[in-house]
Amino acid sequence: MGESASGADAECSRLRCEIVELLSGAEMLVRALKDEGVETIFGYPGGAVLHIYDALFQQKSITHVLVRHEQAAAHMADAFSRCSGTTGVVLATSGPGATNTVTGIATAYMDSIPMVIITGQVQSDWIGDDAFQETDIVGVTRPIVKHSFMVKKTEDIPATIKKAFYIASTGRPGPVLVDIPKDLTNPAVTYEYSYPSKVKLRSYNVVSKGHSGQIKKAVDLLMAAKRPIFYTGGGVVQGNSAAELTELVRKMGFPCTNTLMGLGGFPGDDPLFVGMLGMHGTYEANMAMHHADVVMAIGARFDDRVTNHTGKFCPNAKIIHVDVDPASIAKNIPVDIPIVGPVDQVLKEMLDQLEKTEDKPDLQALEAWWKQIDAWRAYHGLRYETKPDVLKPQTVIEELYRVTNGEAIITSDVGQHQMFAAQYYKYKYPRQWINSGGLGTMGFGLPAAMGCLVAKPDKTVACVTGEGSIQMNIQELSTCLQYHFPVKIVNLNNQSLGMVRQWQDMQYQGRHSSSTYEESLPDFIKLAESYGHVGIRVTKPDQLQGAMEEAFSLKDRLVFLDISVDPTEHVYPMQIKEGSMRDMWLSKTERT
Amino acid sequence: MRRIISILMENEPGALSRVVGLFSQRGYNIETLTVAPTNDPTLSRLTLTTSGSDRTIEQITKQLNKLIEVVKLVDLSEGAHIERELMLVKLKATGAQRAEIKRTADIFRGQIVDVTSSVYTVQLAGASDKLDAFLESVGEASILEVVRSGVSGIARGDKVLAL
Repeated sequence: MGESASGADAECSRLRCEIVELLSGAEMLVRALKDEGVETIFGYPGGAVLHIYDALFQQKSITHVLVRHEQAAAHMADAFSRCSGTTGVVLATSGPGATNTVTGIATAYMDSIPMVIITGQVQSDWIGDDAFQETDIVGVTRPIVKHSFMVKKTEDIPATIKKAFYIASTGRPGPVLVDIPKDLTNPAVTYEYSYPSKVKLRSYNVVSKGHSGQIKKAVDLLMAAKRPIFYTGGGVVQGNSAAELTELVRKMGFPCTNTLMGLGGFPGDDPLFVGMLGMHGTYEANMAMHHADVVMAIGARFDDRVTNHTGKFCPNAKIIHVDVDPASIAKNIPVDIPIVGPVDQVLKEMLDQLEKTEDKPDLQALEAWWKQIDAWRAYHGLRYETKPDVLKPQTVIEELYRVTNGEAIITSDVGQHQMFAAQYYKYKYPRQWINSGGLGTMGFGLPAAMGCLVAKPDKTVACVTGEGSIQMNIQELSTCLQYHFPVKIVNLNNQSLGMVRQWQDMQYQGRHSSSTYEESLPDFIKLAESYGHVGIRVTKPDQLQGAMEEAFSLKDRLVFLDISVDPTEHVYPMQIKEGSMRDMWLSKTERT
Repeated sequence: MRRIISILMENEPGALSRVVGLFSQRGYNIETLTVAPTNDPTLSRLTLTTSGSDRTIEQITKQLNKLIEVVKLVDLSEGAHIERELMLVKLKATGAQRAEIKRTADIFRGQIVDVTSSVYTVQLAGASDKLDAFLESVGEASILEVVRSGVSGIARGDKVLAL
């Protein structure tokens, strides 16, 4: 057999023909994923994808992680992508399987995360008949995907997968959904398989570099600036340009602030870093933005959580905006120097131009600017009141930073704990801070931590969460046992939906409408234990250090740290609605 | 300000729903919309009229350009252009009205394309404001039914929207 096969190979190579492989639609899909370099996918089986699951079963290149809810599969794939910089893949069945991924797709879309979602569909001739588990998932997800495909012919599967990955990962990245009717994956029908090496789409062209003239203008403006600031976002992290940004900021000696999505894009422990900006940004970052004369925005989108009232935003500043997406430029705020292009290319060219120019930044003006910023820093920095016998959530994050040497990957859910984790953990490197910034999805944190562990199994990964958020995907504790994901869950338990409660305190005279649980919370320690994990309870400040150290010493176990924190604490600074960036509450009683 | 945006897009299922969806999703309004395949059967030409501030229109064109199936796009109102809309209108036509309607249709260079003892059906093509003016002239009382195609447009001169 072997000999004749190799004889055939030789004959074939002599004739310069290719050996034709006949594969079913399901096999083609799995093979296309392999050819795309995918090693792990996240999903949940069901009727419309059973052919695909059978094809997965019969190969070894791709590992499948079985979640307990499809939303978690989407968050895992999303975080896998955020953490690794590659494209995450989700596989779900038709109907409820597909609709369960919707929140995860929207989460990825809002933060521009490359992801490919493959959904099964009912067989072609049943589409539109309200068949069992039929949903028009292409229609449902249309506003929350970068693009989507409904595959019509089995032969189109490889090319469609190629296009999906290309679109998802280039330009401004985003999720792409591929819907495949069940009959197209039928194992009994086979086709010639070949995976295209290139994609050509006449209607989709990605900009490869920024306009040199615009970059020159930006450099000139930066050189002339008296009170400049770098304001950088998720585009620096997703665009793999943290190194270029760091070099540029240090070369200029300007202050740098990051958005919630941009944290880690510039080292959080660098003296030039003034912290996060925006609604819960630091006093010095928001003050510096407000008083700046030149704002250099890179891969940031002037989100409402950053600008506060757009009419009062940075009243004296000329604005430079670098973004890969032209639609992000001048969407919310008019811009003086727009630069459309991939952030890394633009920053590289800017650094090249800086090398060549004779101009120097205005050092005297910069010195005065830094004196002012240092005064703001000294006035507030990040401070909070401590109380004896009551653990402050900020203290927990500071302790988490200490115990992990500032090196852990931190995922978070959404709420007060997310803001504390953003403010008090100093992120040193890009892709270290994983959170749902745009959509603000509670339930993101735990599956995100799992996705990070798939991407970087040797890293310590902690999920900072609250007793509200963690219950939105708590079922994944079971997946963690099955696949041995040693997530460290840091549950800041304040017995209430903290951020909702804070707003109710501040704007609704303390009427806590549906933000408490009336003694109905589960015993999280027993819960963790029943899922086969370790639970540690912390109720007093003096227990914190020991508990943290113990948790992080258990390298191969999932540990659920249930930490009782001050239920009355608020997140500060907090911008005052309709104000400018400098209008902030600094504590319950002081405002600017 | 009213704008006429003309789009060349892939003639594929789902492309139209993406364009229309974008408008509702982002709170832009569509006043008229017309779409049909071009001489190249892989391409459709979609023309829509919308209105908004310059900033809104800039966002609309940028967001439309981001749609994968949109191949090319032009804001016709930025330059000299020809705008046409087709209207079919059924009018009550009895007694003295018959002659009056015929006269008005002639003035507007409309044609009567169907006749019964009590009804005229008039076909009229032109810019939207001309069609509006015709309807105003004949008067609300005689109008039985109106159907308009929505605006189609093309740039004057050498400018071409094609691949």
